Amino acid sequence: MKSARLNPTVGVITMTVAVILPDTAFAMHIAEGILEGTSVVVWSLACIPFLYLGLSKIKKESLQNPEHKLFVTLVGAGVFLISCMPIPVPIAGSCSHPCGTGLAAILIGPAPTVVVACIALLLQALFLAHGGLTTLGANLFAMGVAGAFIGYAVYRLARIIGIPMLWAVFLAGVASDWACYAATSFVLATALSQNESFVPLLKTFLLAFTPTQLPLGVLEGVLSMGAFRLIRVRLPNFLKPTNRVEALDV
Amino acid sequence: MSRSTLIVMGLIFSAAVLWVAFQSTDGSWTGVDESVIEHHAQQAGRVPIDPLINTDQGDLLLFLFLLAGAVAGFALGYTYRALRTTTEKPLE
Repeated sequence: MKSARLNPTVGVITMTVAVILPDTAFAMHIAEGILEGTSVVVWSLACIPFLYLGLSKIKKESLQNPEHKLFVTLVGAGVFLISCMPIPVPIAGSCSHPCGTGLAAILIGPAPTVVVACIALLLQALFLAHGGLTTLGANLFAMGVAGAFIGYAVYRLARIIGIPMLWAVFLAGVASDWACYAATSFVLATALSQNESFVPLLKTFLLAFTPTQLPLGVLEGVLSMGAFRLIRVRLPNFLKPTNRVEALDV
Repeated sequence: MSRSTLIVMGLIFSAAVLWVAFQSTDGSWTGVDESVIEHHAQQAGRVPIDPLINTDQGDLLLFLFLLAGAVAGFALGYTYRALRTTTEKPLE
């Protein structure tokens, strides 16, 4: 049997990008101590069904195809890297990071994406002073649940109305990024709205995120397109049949 | 025009664009967690506390991010290689 053809350039580029890009942790996760007890419990409980569903799906698909776990690991490593990669946005003068959960949801499904996002956020909270253990549920709900499910819904909708696949991935990337920050705004507004009403505080958060997240969402869409195209060309066996059949429609 | 000349010109152009963009912005390049989340949280009386394992000390966090990037990069490269091997197997 012919052995696998290895491309050392791909390895070197992957390692270089991985090492250089994640510099310091200035991004969007809600830090430890910002949410009080009720919010901590509510958002943590809200994530449990999604985690259970995601674990079940990964287990089920791995029984059918043992290499599926490797593919989930690949996607998980990608989500971890992307979500701790601060990107400066010149027009806003601040930094933020993409989420990667929209692309992950297209590749492995939205529920398994919640699982990989949970692992990424847990590692960041434990070792990278990024996010927090008490805010893990809220951060997971924003990045994992909202980002993955809304991104996937936009992708499916775009495909149903006939938008070409790569453009549908772009829209999913944009939508998942914006959904993540909209959900973060919702979480914060519910938690911090004791002294002022909910809606003005929600608007404040949404407006404050806008200058950074509008361009970053578009960038995430472009990144998602590029990564999806690479996987479609190099690892077509691991795409879902719905993502494979029209491989040359763009 | 040779390929290397094009690459050098591209790099110089990118540097110039970035320089203009960064000069015209007076931002402090803080993350939105500080500039938005913590700012409004503090106004509401919620002060962020240190994480359970506070690695945000000196260059320790820089080292850990470097390490995390390297490990995740290795995981990406390793799984990609393994999956490519599977993809290139001839159909039986």
